[in-house]
Amino acid sequence: MTATVSRPGAGAQRTPLPLDVEAIRADFPILSRTVRDGKPLVYLDSGATSQKPRAVLDAERDFYETCNAAVHRGAHQLAEEATDRYEHARRTIGAFIGAPEREIVFTKNTTEGINLVAYALSNAATAKEEQFRRYAVGQGDEIVVTEMEHHANLVPWQQLCERTGATLRWLGLTDDGRLDLSDLHTVVNERTKLVAVTQQSNLLGTVNPLEPIVARAREVGALVLVDGAQSVPHQPVDVTELGADFLVFSGHKMLGPSGIGVLWGRYEVLDALPPFLTGGSMIEVVRMEGSTFMPPPQRFEAGVPMTAQAIGLAAAVEYLQALGMDAVEEHEKALTAYALERLAEIPGVTVIGPPDTVARGGAVSFTVEGIHPHDVGQVLDDRGVQVRVGHHCAWPVIRRFGVPATTRATFYVHTGYDDIDALADGVRAAQQFFGVAPQDPAEVN
Amino acid sequence: MQLQSMYQEIILDHYRNPHGRGLREPFEAEVHHVNPTCGDEVTLRVHLDGDTLADVSYEGMGCSISQASVSAMYDLVIGKTVPEALAVGEDFMTLMQSKGDTTVADKLEDSLEDAVAFAGVSKYPARIKCALMSWMALKDASARALSVAHPTTPTGGSTA
Repeated sequence: MTATVSRPGAGAQRTPLPLDVEAIRADFPILSRTVRDGKPLVYLDSGATSQKPRAVLDAERDFYETCNAAVHRGAHQLAEEATDRYEHARRTIGAFIGAPEREIVFTKNTTEGINLVAYALSNAATAKEEQFRRYAVGQGDEIVVTEMEHHANLVPWQQLCERTGATLRWLGLTDDGRLDLSDLHTVVNERTKLVAVTQQSNLLGTVNPLEPIVARAREVGALVLVDGAQSVPHQPVDVTELGADFLVFSGHKMLGPSGIGVLWGRYEVLDALPPFLTGGSMIEVVRMEGSTFMPPPQRFEAGVPMTAQAIGLAAAVEYLQALGMDAVEEHEKALTAYALERLAEIPGVTVIGPPDTVARGGAVSFTVEGIHPHDVGQVLDDRGVQVRVGHHCAWPVIRRFGVPATTRATFYVHTGYDDIDALADGVRAAQQFFGVAPQDPAEVN
Repeated sequence: MQLQSMYQEIILDHYRNPHGRGLREPFEAEVHHVNPTCGDEVTLRVHLDGDTLADVSYEGMGCSISQASVSAMYDLVIGKTVPEALAVGEDFMTLMQSKGDTTVADKLEDSLEDAVAFAGVSKYPARIKCALMSWMALKDASARALSVAHPTTPTGGSTA
């Protein structure tokens, strides 16, 4: 195979990065390993799941080594300490998004948080308690999503509609990967019960304008659920500014452990919803004839929860807060600008999504003419560059843009310009390997 | 160079110049298979002459491995009876499960011909399903075609 060396063109600007990449990398043990016969690891798949700094791993281990016990039950000292740590984690994570602790529900992940709301809305229709029927969804009601949603923020709403007889409607996309809001006022209307929209697209990188959507939802009395799986890890998010009713996100995409996620809900809305999962921990009184339930957030946390994971997520939040979410956002913006420029230099490469960094996050999806994304990914992997290929759990987006799949690079706090150079070099190497390298003066053989 | 072990020249040749591509008539069964994790697709038709595969025609989109695999499969199965073709399919499955063990590939060379070049794919779990998709489609379509030809004969594979 011919060695490929590419160099930044005149357009690729390396503005100084806000974060000290070398120092941060030292906090992530996994980043020092090699892959595929000794290649340095270039991890560009944080959008799928992020790597974990030592502080997060230590927090989990410390919990197990010092005070492991089942929380919210038992009166012994370990149970008290464990409960204390768990509830402290809830406060820390709540403060991170500007929310009081009673509005923070721990879930398994974003997917479960969305399902929790979707099932609560259909359970509301059959709830025997009057207090739980307020947000019931049924025949004649409408649920609104967008065409850029991750399957996790689409399929649960399709299923809700199938269970209840409600109708699913959606906002479409423009050719540059933005929401088409031209029919917002007809799609979101008096029949709309809930609007579910992502804050940042996992495939296109688009950061959506939530303000007009929330304003329209308010006009018609609809609830708003924001999918924050790709926004909360990468930009400052404050629920008091969001204006929404629900925000869902996953710990594992924001340096935290897997198996822990968050559903934030406005308290009066949460308080009017029936439970999704039922069992221990969430009950008030249980008799053979029936049971009553705790107020939120306990009402939505049946069973012994993911305690060490919540504590690990709080450690991840503290790590991000120490870096500063403004700096994290700026860091990724600089990387995204550089990546868009480096990819634009390569003939045959097309970015799917906004072409600049205006209202855009760091998910960069692209196609390479003449090479299927799986094959691009294979060549990158052979060089140690880990990206995601496929439809990224957003099949309707892929279909909308008429491509079979894309290659996607995503960035985080440990990503530097060298990682993006490795990506660009790998794409050129793939073009050479598959014999589709267009004539380009930047190629050096 | 691990890449070359997977992308054998024979595979790239099949990818660039696929054999038997295109949907043709007549046919007794048509199936559409997708690989839900990556979106690869194949539409495949089977035309039987008795129990013999007289034609297998297909259209599809996907990565080089999935597209080369269906092309190599076409060369292997035309003229074989359905049981013979499915036996070759079993050998291909064995190759895909070999995790790069060259002794497995050596034993299967007579049966698999060009398709033994896919041995390198067996080292990459994420790509094995790309190589297997067309064989799954063939198994499905053959079962359906046989049940059309012999409606009372249980085939055991026509439920997909």
